[in-house]
Amino acid sequence: MQLLREQDMTVGLVVVSHSAKVAEGTVDMVRQMVGDSVALAWAGGDPDGGLGTDVAKIVAAIEAVWSADGVAVLVDLGGAETNAEMAVEMLPEDKRERVTVCNAPIVEGAVIAATEASGGSTLDTVVRTAEELYA
Amino acid sequence: MNREAIQAPVEVTGTAVLENAVGLHARPSVKLTQLAKTFTARIELALSSTGPWADAKSPVKVMRVKAPKGTILHFRASGEDAPAALGALVALVESRFGEE
Repeated sequence: MQLLREQDMTVGLVVVSHSAKVAEGTVDMVRQMVGDSVALAWAGGDPDGGLGTDVAKIVAAIEAVWSADGVAVLVDLGGAETNAEMAVEMLPEDKRERVTVCNAPIVEGAVIAATEASGGSTLDTVVRTAEELYA
Repeated sequence: MNREAIQAPVEVTGTAVLENAVGLHARPSVKLTQLAKTFTARIELALSSTGPWADAKSPVKVMRVKAPKGTILHFRASGEDAPAALGALVALVESRFGEE
C-alpha cells in the first residue's frame, strides 16, 4: 500500500555519531556526492563537546529534517543507536513510526540512503537499500 | 521523448565505454542511479553482454560493479520509456559523468 505523497517531498536523513566531526563530515560528504535535494541534519558529541551522543540533539536533528515521508537515521557505535532509539520514543506519537534507525555503516549508509531518497523512494525502500550494505 | 505508446515490454540494449579517470566509483555510481531512477523502465547494467546484470537503480549494486576506466558497460532496459532511459544513461557515461 502506498500513501499519497506530495511531489516535492523526500525522506529526510539524520546522521548520529559520537564525534561531531564525523557526523558533520558525513553530512558534508553526502551533500557533495548526492546534492541538495535531500534534507540532512547531524547530531554528534555530548553536551560538553566531548565524544558522545545527546538525545536532545538527536530529537532536534530529526525535527529539523522532518517530512511526512519519514526520516532515516544513520548511527555509529552502541550509544548512538540506543540514544537515537530513545530520541524516536520522545517524538510525538504520530511521528514515531515514520522514523527508522538503519542497521547500516554510517558513512556509506548515509550516501546510499541519500541517493535512494533523492529519487523519491519511500522510507522503507531508503532503509532497505542502506541495509543492503551489510547484506 | 517517445510519445508513442508501446504495448509489449520491449527490451533495448546499448553500450558505453567508461572514459572518466576513476571509472564507476562512488560519485559516478550515485549520478548513474539518480538518473536511472527518473525513468519507469527496468534498467540493468553489466560488464558483459551475458551478465550478470545489476539493477541500475540500486546504488549499492551499481557500486559493487566496480568497473575501472576503459570498461565497456552494457545496458539493457525494458518498459515504456526504455529507449529514452538507455539514451540518457549512455550519454551520461560518455559525458564522463559531467566531472571532467
